[in-house]
Amino acid sequence: MSDSHDGHGHGHGEAVYPYTPHHFHSAKQHLESGKMGVWLFLVTEILFFAGLFCAYTVYRSLHPEVFYWAHFYLDTFWGALNTAVLIFSSFTAAFAVRNAQLGQKKWLRINIIITIACAFCFMVVKYIEYSHKFHDGLLPAGHFAPKHEVWESHDFQKKHPESAKAAERIAVGLEARKNKQAAVRDEIVGERNALALVPVQDTGSVPTAATTAAAEPKSAAEPKSAAIPKAEAAPKVAIDSKSVDGSKATAITATAAASGDEKKQEGLTPEADADADEAAAAEAALAGDALADAAAASGEAEAALAAQPAAKKEELSDEAWLQRQINALSYEERHPLEMAGVIRAPSDGPLEFARPAKAGIFFSIYFFMTGLHGLHVVIGIGLWVWMLFIANKRQMGAKYFGPIEFTALYWHLVDLIWIYLFPMLYLIH
Amino acid sequence: MSEASTVSPADLRVVPSKPEENFFTHEKGILSWIFTVDHKRIGFMYLLSVLASFALGGFFALAIRTELFFHGPENGIMNHDQYNQAMTLHGAIMVFLVIIPGIPAALGNLIMPLQLGAKDVAFPRLNLMSYHLWVLGALFFISSLVISAADTGWTFYVPYSTTTPTAVIPAAFGAFILGFSSIFTGLNFIVTVHKLRPPGMTWFRLPLFVWALYSTAVIQVLATPVIGITLLMLIVERAVGLGIFDPALGGDPVLFQHFFWFYSHPAVYIMIVPAFGVISELMSAFSRKQVFGYKFIAMSSVAIALLGFLVWGHHMFTSGQSVLAGTIFSAITFLIAIPTAIKMFNWIATMYKGRIHLDTPMLYALAFLWVFAIGGLTGVFLSTMSVDLHLHDTYFVVAHFHYVMMGGAITAFMGGLHYWWPKFTGRMYAEGQGRIGAVLVFAGLNLTFFPQFVMGTRGMPRRYYNYLPEFESMHQMSTIGAYILGLGFVLTAVYLFKSFFSGKKAPANPWGATTLEWMCVSPPPYYNFLEEPVVNRGPYEGYEHLRFDKETQGYVPAE
Repeated sequence: MSDSHDGHGHGHGEAVYPYTPHHFHSAKQHLESGKMGVWLFLVTEILFFAGLFCAYTVYRSLHPEVFYWAHFYLDTFWGALNTAVLIFSSFTAAFAVRNAQLGQKKWLRINIIITIACAFCFMVVKYIEYSHKFHDGLLPAGHFAPKHEVWESHDFQKKHPESAKAAERIAVGLEARKNKQAAVRDEIVGERNALALVPVQDTGSVPTAATTAAAEPKSAAEPKSAAIPKAEAAPKVAIDSKSVDGSKATAITATAAASGDEKKQEGLTPEADADADEAAAAEAALAGDALADAAAASGEAEAALAAQPAAKKEELSDEAWLQRQINALSYEERHPLEMAGVIRAPSDGPLEFARPAKAGIFFSIYFFMTGLHGLHVVIGIGLWVWMLFIANKRQMGAKYFGPIEFTALYWHLVDLIWIYLFPMLYLIH
Repeated sequence: MSEASTVSPADLRVVPSKPEENFFTHEKGILSWIFTVDHKRIGFMYLLSVLASFALGGFFALAIRTELFFHGPENGIMNHDQYNQAMTLHGAIMVFLVIIPGIPAALGNLIMPLQLGAKDVAFPRLNLMSYHLWVLGALFFISSLVISAADTGWTFYVPYSTTTPTAVIPAAFGAFILGFSSIFTGLNFIVTVHKLRPPGMTWFRLPLFVWALYSTAVIQVLATPVIGITLLMLIVERAVGLGIFDPALGGDPVLFQHFFWFYSHPAVYIMIVPAFGVISELMSAFSRKQVFGYKFIAMSSVAIALLGFLVWGHHMFTSGQSVLAGTIFSAITFLIAIPTAIKMFNWIATMYKGRIHLDTPMLYALAFLWVFAIGGLTGVFLSTMSVDLHLHDTYFVVAHFHYVMMGGAITAFMGGLHYWWPKFTGRMYAEGQGRIGAVLVFAGLNLTFFPQFVMGTRGMPRRYYNYLPEFESMHQMSTIGAYILGLGFVLTAVYLFKSFFSGKKAPANPWGATTLEWMCVSPPPYYNFLEEPVVNRGPYEGYEHLRFDKETQGYVPAE
């Protein structure tokens, strides 16, 4: 505290330690005031984090599957290591206080240095974890774009090997079906380009022609087919394309379906008399394709693709195929995927197989909580470095050890918050 | 309290000091002010800053009222975007920069350690940091004003605040920093009251202003961190798309409202509880009589502070909260009327058979009783769920909280400012002009806000840029009232400014009050009391031992 006020004595019999500021009349009063101030500050810190714990509770109860799903992406090893490191540093911090009280300058310095080293170790582990997550696209909700599915994660495979394999199988199957459909589409487009009968048109003009041609567009466009794993990849785009192109999308897919049917009736002949139909089909497919790109993320894509299976009568629809696959799973295979919200049965419609909706919210909470905690660790490092200076400069003893104790109290709180964060984020069951 | 016989005139003597050592002249130079750790200097800088902000916020208020004087969107002085920005800045400045720090940080810092008999607050450097943070926060507010003023309203409600193109981040960050300033002041005061009381200053010998500041400090420490984290989330949400308040990303905008009101309702008590403390002082001093029901007033401050944490849901009756939750919040809100009424009745009982002196501070205190009664009772209307569904977001709400915040907090602030002005400046202001100012403020206040109650019940929604023709006359009355109010404040500013340089020298005890700050010379020496006072009496004991001394124009012990 301030030493700037001089010129008037303390006016009391009690001995005043050299570091006691003018407005306290004893070292004891000084220490007790400081201690109370620090405890109050810790209360504000707890309330600061309480807002986040509250948000965590709300979102975990709103989206339990997201939290179960997301915790597989967190490496328990690193989390546990950091927990151990912090607990150990709290131990050395507590020892530093004892050293200060006993006036053991050498040990005080050693314990502070160990505490600082532990804090650095914590931050290095944080860096490893964060860079890993940035690399994998595990970012806060607004930028969330994971590169790996949950069954590809190490933790999931280790914990639920059968389930991971089954999920892999289904995902591969869905991917294959999608590729096949894309191939069919490419074929048609390729033919159209070879024939070069129709110049490339903007998709906007198609629907007007198509709506008249399509007898019953709704039936073809309606079914929500099996979700492709990519759904939700970029929700912002999804909203835009839905609101802007929603009506168009319906119309376009309808055309694709309608002309596809026509084409089938004609027997897929590339003859001249079928040129007109061919062109229409190609055009529709192109439109569908363009749309699929635009709305790949949105789940509208399925609607667009729904047109394609209709072209092949002999094959199962995607949702029927998926239904069959999922029904064939054993409990061990199916349960973890259901827990994580990958397999879900909406009340209206077929089973879905995809990453849980709004999965990004977990990483919003994760980064905000651990980030704020990390910031506190960094501040703690600064405080300990300052304490190292004070420990060198001033003589600590039974009457003067406040600064070390206050810093240690803060440090224990930082440790304690991590002790809550670790199970809340890493050990979800 | 009843042992008045044990108090002797000697207990009311002014503690002598070396005359050259008053806190204004003790050190020279601008740096000695910027880096001072003296609570009085910090309080004085707070006071100047708060008054400057008050002028700015008042300017926006007049801009809003001028716009609304003219009916129709094509008439008036600004377009609707500017109107939204003016409204936001008026609200945010008045709440975050004026009322919240007004009494605790400015008057509290100036007076509280003196009243306590302490040499300073417990953590003088933290106190200075609190002021520096205040300045930083205010700069962020002003930067928002310069870039493109936020137009969200002072509440920063999502989703609008996350989507509007205006500069919300600087404004929210400013409020975030101001929150820390407020926390540090509160923390400092709590520790000061606990640890720096001189010998004999027991808990029930604390002046009621100190009790009020203590209760306020508890709220500041417990509630403010929550708004801090909420604003931080809002900032990160805007900056990187956190999604915590965005339903499209899995978040929940109503959660923001819960967080916001978890702070902002208690914050209402951060604004009004210190005002209660000021009024308790004024009532006792200007009735020359012990305060009636000291312990009840003291404990009702604490009760209000604690109950204030349990009522935030009454701001959200229309947000889709469950009826059960609404009922509970409504019932607890009713409970707050009890400690508030205890105070009102005790103040009135204090005046009973007192020797009432109608000096300017007392005029403000009487005005407070009037407007706060109206403001408080209309709060009971609003806490009734069924009535609130009708009145929610109308001018009735605007009138209610202006009667409480402007009529309550600011009136008490003005009363306290006049009361303690001679103490910390050492100069007397012009009493006659002061009374005229107080009357103008009281008249302007009622003329501005009473028509708004009527408009609200007839369906005039708050925050609107335009209104139906039938509201024109009442809006015009309200605007005229605002200008009268403005005139009152300008007059006050002028005579206070003049008195600071050329006012009569103030005696140590111009009002005949008995609390410890009047036992100190005016202006106080930088160390407050040369010798630590020993307290052997309650804060309002000993009026009978004071007599007016014509020579010094102040009160002295009748020995």
